[in-house]
Amino acid sequence: MKKDITRLSFILLFAPFALWIILLIILPHIGMVIISLREKVAPRIYEFSFANYVDFMQEPIYWNTLLRTGSMSLLVTVLALIIGFPIAYYIAKIAGKRSKGALFLLCLIPLWVSDLIRAFGWILLLRETGVVSTALQKTGLVSQPIEFLYNDATVIMGLVYTVILFMIVPLVSTLDGMDDAMVEAGYNLGGNGSTVLRRIIIPYAMPGIVSGCIVVFMLTAGSYLTPILLGGKNSSWFTEQIYEQFISRYNWESGAAFGFLLLFFTSIVVWLGLKLSGQTLSSTVAKS
Amino acid sequence: MRLKTALSGLLTATVLSLGTSAYADSTLRLLTWGSYAPDELIEKFEARYPDITVEVTFSNNEEMIAKLRATGGAGFDLAQPSHDRIYAAQLEYDIYKPLDLSQIDTSSMTEVHLNSVKENTTIDGEVYAVPHQWGTSGLMADKTLAPDFAGWGDLCDPQYRGKTSMRLKRTILLGTAYAMGEDPFAAYSDLEKYQEILDKVTDKLIACKENIKAYWKGGDDLSALMLSGEIVASETWDSTAYKLFNQNPNIVFVPPETGALTWIDTFVLPRKGKADDAAYKWINFVLEPENVAIMSASTGAIAAVQGGNDLLPDDKKAAVNAAFTDEDIANLKFFANIPPGVEDMEGKALEKIKAATGG
Amino acid sequence: MSAEYDLECLDVSKNFGGVRAVEDVSFKIPKGSFFSILGPSGCGKTTLMRMIAGFEDPTRGDIYIKRKSVLNTAPNKRNVKMVFQHLALFPMMNVFENIAYGLRCRGETAGEIERKVKDVLERIALPDVGGREIHQLSGGQKQRIAIARCMVLDPDVLLLDEPLGALDLKLREAMKIELKLLQHQFDTTFIYITHDQSEALVMSDNVAIMNEGRFEQVGAPQELYHDPKTAFVAGFVGDNNHWTGKINQVIGDRLDLVTETGLSMTGHLRGNAAAAAGGNLTLFVRPEFITTRKVEDGTSEKISSDDNCLTGKIDSLLFNGANSRILVRGPGQELIEADIVLTGGTDDLRPGDPVRLSWPREQTMCFLA
Repeated sequence: MKKDITRLSFILLFAPFALWIILLIILPHIGMVIISLREKVAPRIYEFSFANYVDFMQEPIYWNTLLRTGSMSLLVTVLALIIGFPIAYYIAKIAGKRSKGALFLLCLIPLWVSDLIRAFGWILLLRETGVVSTALQKTGLVSQPIEFLYNDATVIMGLVYTVILFMIVPLVSTLDGMDDAMVEAGYNLGGNGSTVLRRIIIPYAMPGIVSGCIVVFMLTAGSYLTPILLGGKNSSWFTEQIYEQFISRYNWESGAAFGFLLLFFTSIVVWLGLKLSGQTLSSTVAKS
Repeated sequence: MRLKTALSGLLTATVLSLGTSAYADSTLRLLTWGSYAPDELIEKFEARYPDITVEVTFSNNEEMIAKLRATGGAGFDLAQPSHDRIYAAQLEYDIYKPLDLSQIDTSSMTEVHLNSVKENTTIDGEVYAVPHQWGTSGLMADKTLAPDFAGWGDLCDPQYRGKTSMRLKRTILLGTAYAMGEDPFAAYSDLEKYQEILDKVTDKLIACKENIKAYWKGGDDLSALMLSGEIVASETWDSTAYKLFNQNPNIVFVPPETGALTWIDTFVLPRKGKADDAAYKWINFVLEPENVAIMSASTGAIAAVQGGNDLLPDDKKAAVNAAFTDEDIANLKFFANIPPGVEDMEGKALEKIKAATGG
Repeated sequence: MSAEYDLECLDVSKNFGGVRAVEDVSFKIPKGSFFSILGPSGCGKTTLMRMIAGFEDPTRGDIYIKRKSVLNTAPNKRNVKMVFQHLALFPMMNVFENIAYGLRCRGETAGEIERKVKDVLERIALPDVGGREIHQLSGGQKQRIAIARCMVLDPDVLLLDEPLGALDLKLREAMKIELKLLQHQFDTTFIYITHDQSEALVMSDNVAIMNEGRFEQVGAPQELYHDPKTAFVAGFVGDNNHWTGKINQVIGDRLDLVTETGLSMTGHLRGNAAAAAGGNLTLFVRPEFITTRKVEDGTSEKISSDDNCLTGKIDSLLFNGANSRILVRGPGQELIEADIVLTGGTDDLRPGDPVRLSWPREQTMCFLA
């Protein structure tokens, strides 16, 4: 009887997770695979083929866009790490107990508004007749209005702003667990600031760094609104390509193939990153 | 064991209640464009037919078709795609059902629009759509800064360098083709020929990239660009231009020399719609003259009914009169049905333009 | 200043805002000695040590290492190494790298590093653990690695911040001895911070008792135990029966007094203050100086007139092998602790037995309140 209850409670606890995984993740992906592996030969008639993947390989625009998305996402990840690390260190190690919560909350604020609103905020600030340009002219620093929008730098900045929290949170939680004495010991044994950072703080924070980077990279590569709204004439993003295939061109087959390629590509990058940094998923994401 | 029974009972009850209560026959699920279902009209409609509730989902052409395609035409009772998005979509995906024209008061509709839509949407003798409102895509310019702006090609005129904008969608491909002396709609029947035209258009638009400040994505960012003076001319929807005219009378809609491209938004019944009666009631309701006035005030588009122009609110009427001469009206180019495969061709051309590092 | 002092502190004070953590502390530590700072938590001993290591700057005063002031020397430039409370071994490095860290910071060559690490591992009797990860070590091994990591750098002074606190009792006892031996072996000045008096008394050459930011007394362990200069030291070091009382009569350093519960006894005035009749007293009697006798009819014992004597009944018996103790309910209903020897025979004391307690006058340590 008792055993039955244990088993029942296990099933009840596990069921939502299993349902979520199966219904919302596995089944749609199987559907995507099937769709991506067929080719339209006539209206309402489809055949099994790898044509969609071959198309991708043969069209430089597609894989250029994918590579561009990947490399810009990596850049965003690196920038988020460089900017986020000192912030996380300050929150975890230097700020007082009470200001810690307030600072954390401050970092959360950007998430209170939607992607769209955030992007429009940037647009208001950065456009040629926007706040920044006007302020610069008023102070006499520049004589002509400046256009900050519609270029890759703006896209990267907007993305870094959007995702940096996801870098800070895991970093704070790993750094929080680091005994202050570890840093003091680093100095005490003769290390200077850079030695302590390089040999003690960064290796200690590695699980947080890696899991933050994975999350940020995945979020960035999969983001849609920010690159579209802030991007310029040449800045295409791979998710835009997928949207175009699905919605504007009614080409679900190649849209599904593209979706898969994006998943595959980002997984490869993450795998490479883990290999290069000598970490494993269980030692990083699962921990922080 | 008893717990299990209780749980499954509860679950069944929930599922059943979800299935039956939420979507009774008296609900009209409308899939339409933003502003095409003003609250005032919905309230009026529900007051006249107390047993019908109206649920509205706002969307655009592509998403309407994607949504209906995903469900095989279920989930909505009435949709409003443009007239050129019906024929091929029906052939490919079978998402609409034929209309019973006897249920619709077609006598009030303008002949030209009704016939154009019927012609475009008849499959196997069955008519799939009737017109609702029409509008055009063309250009707009600030008269004080770009007084001579007249055709699609002027967007690429170096004297407006960095001061023009366009939307990177099929409209600009078609407009540019006309500006280059081609007739793209005629070439729809000969896709090889159409590909040649597209290649020329693509080269032209890539060269033009330098001239463009940015590609706009929606009415809001276009309005901001134009009102702030960051650009002086742009490709536009006429309704957007009319709105700006009210805020700055120097900004007018410019029908291109080669003719403004004209779309007609229609009424269609999704294949698995469950409330056809309510849908017909809505169609007839919004075509009544006093309701047309309310609708046009909200959408800025002209209803495809006789005297539709006069039913526009005064400010919009002024904007239309400032934009169109009778010649312009006569010169309108109706979007032709998109044959299968053209979306891909046009999509590739657009991708090429976007990816080119011209400017 | 003489060269034989490795570390000298001169009137060192430290304020945190309005709080005085350390107040006018001065001391000198001879080369090669084991010096402990003993005090309750919050007494300022950790702050003092952090100032020596350079993690805090003194508000006033000066610190000399090998006769040179180190106030303007950064912590990583001071030749003072520290074993942290939780050891602070680097978990992402193995044992070899932990020990080599300081040598690498100094820029020594790979060969030298190899040799020195091997050498120090041998000296701490763990020659083969170089390749192990930190989490694979036992508590005692970690302890020794933490010390080796410092000693390999040949420091002038080694600071130890309660490093035994996290160990279990058995291991702690063993490590006490081991630390003392290591200190002899390395012949380096150790400064040991603790709140555990037995650690301080067992290992140290000299102990400073610290309370509320000040040094109460500095001296050899025996001196502190037998000749405390303040009531705090008497109360903090060793076990005590603790009473308060009033002076009836002063005869030289002999006091006749009566406790609050009404016990009359004679005592010995400690400290340098002058006593007068009517003054208030704090007094301590250590349990091991109390002699316990079973009261039997007809027996009368010769007691010296200076000795204190009182009778009572055993309330309870606390058996702890060689450290067994009884609680005696005295005439004023107070409980008095006294150490006894239990042999396991029939003569042993039992709860309820009437007893006579006595102790010499000198063992009633009196301090003016």
